[in-house]
Amino acid sequence: MNSFLAVFKRELKGYFTTPLAYVFLVIFLFFSGYLTFRQRFYEMRQADMQTFFMNLPLLFVFMVPSTAMRLWAEERKVGSIELLFTLPVTITQAVLGKFFAAWLFLGIALALTFPMVITVSYLGDPDVGLIVTGYIGSMLMAGGFLAIGCFFSAVSKNQVISFVLSVVACAVLVFAGMPTTLNYLSGFLPGGLVGAIEGMSFQTHFESIQRGVLKFQDLSYFVFLMVGWIAACTVILDERKAK
Amino acid sequence: MISAKELRRSFGPVIAVDGISFDVAKGEVLGLLGPNGAGKSTAMRMLACFLRPDSGTAGICGHDIQREPIQVRRCLGYLAENVPAYNEMTVGGFLSFICDVRQIKGGDRKKALDRVVPMCSIESVYHQTIETLSKGYRRRVGLAQALIHDPDVLILDEPTDGLDPNQKHEVRKLISRMSKDKCIIVSTHILEEVEAVCSRTIIIARGRILVDSTPQELKEKHKCSLDAVFRKITRTKVA
Repeated sequence: MNSFLAVFKRELKGYFTTPLAYVFLVIFLFFSGYLTFRQRFYEMRQADMQTFFMNLPLLFVFMVPSTAMRLWAEERKVGSIELLFTLPVTITQAVLGKFFAAWLFLGIALALTFPMVITVSYLGDPDVGLIVTGYIGSMLMAGGFLAIGCFFSAVSKNQVISFVLSVVACAVLVFAGMPTTLNYLSGFLPGGLVGAIEGMSFQTHFESIQRGVLKFQDLSYFVFLMVGWIAACTVILDERKAK
Repeated sequence: MISAKELRRSFGPVIAVDGISFDVAKGEVLGLLGPNGAGKSTAMRMLACFLRPDSGTAGICGHDIQREPIQVRRCLGYLAENVPAYNEMTVGGFLSFICDVRQIKGGDRKKALDRVVPMCSIESVYHQTIETLSKGYRRRVGLAQALIHDPDVLILDEPTDGLDPNQKHEVRKLISRMSKDKCIIVSTHILEEVEAVCSRTIIIARGRILVDSTPQELKEKHKCSLDAVFRKITRTKVA
């Protein structure tokens, strides 16, 4: 087993040895269900999961940074980073190991929303393709948020500061694509710039995937976002690990 | 096996290590002595490839710490000063994580654990989580972590700090026993420890090497106890 897998395994186990994972899962599952049903899931009389997926960006803005905040901040605060980086592990291996462990954990959280799929399938005849792309989009979005959270977790030793910074960063990226924001911005910004801001938002690409089509530009947006923030995390960690 | 050349590192305006060079051969136990803030830990952290030196370099087991940090870490066992560990893990879980990272598998892993657990006397806390351990046990777990891959080079930053007199004695015995076929650097404030385990001693203050000698030589030269020698050297030469 190489060092990447060792870090990955330890991190994933770490979630479940503390109450953190269970608290997170309960709160996430409660709110993802609550928000869906509050928004007239039954009254719409449509067997699809659109309402469910529409609420995820907002939920993720808070939930993903709370998973990500401990990744490096805790390691630096407790000092275990000195242990980790005197073992034969490169920074990239460690960053990726932790990132993928947290991503898989979020994947587990998403997978546990399966009763929603069962409910919809029981009530009607939903479009399976839409549900699948919905989940793929949600996973990609979780990965994007997580990469941002990972970066801010490496920035500060303080978990609360990491959390707040990544919530703000994620919120900016979500709200930049909301119609109200774009309307407001188009009042005084040139159209090209508004388009560029829209193109940089999570919301735009997430909604595009929700329509059931996996476009290259949406996929590449999320991939670039993750690669970029993870690379930045690696650089900043190398810089700050001993401070 | 260890050769440091002009290692230098500063933190902002503070020069922690100011161009130190030394060689340590197999079979030697080098004691790093010095007042608080002398640069002992910084020097050790650079050798363990945790900190990058501003200039200068070092070779450990033939690998350069700047160019081949991963190879260096493979042949090195390092115990940091505050014994960093994953507090929520059990001792057993922690050691098997170290085995995973160091790629000790199957039968080798069992052998390594069977060797290192009794050696550091941590059988009784094997299933306990690390955060519940006393300082002494925690340090012994750190020691087990550093020894699990039977490294050629050991760097131990204050290995007996926080241990009771019996445990101190045990650890010193352990270091002496291992010293024949390893190359060991120990930093400490306890001068009797230097006499007990070290075949050579380097006294550092303000990032510079003041003395590189053997404990016996130092005592004979200054005709007093090591304690007095230490005070004499670090006070006069630094002031």
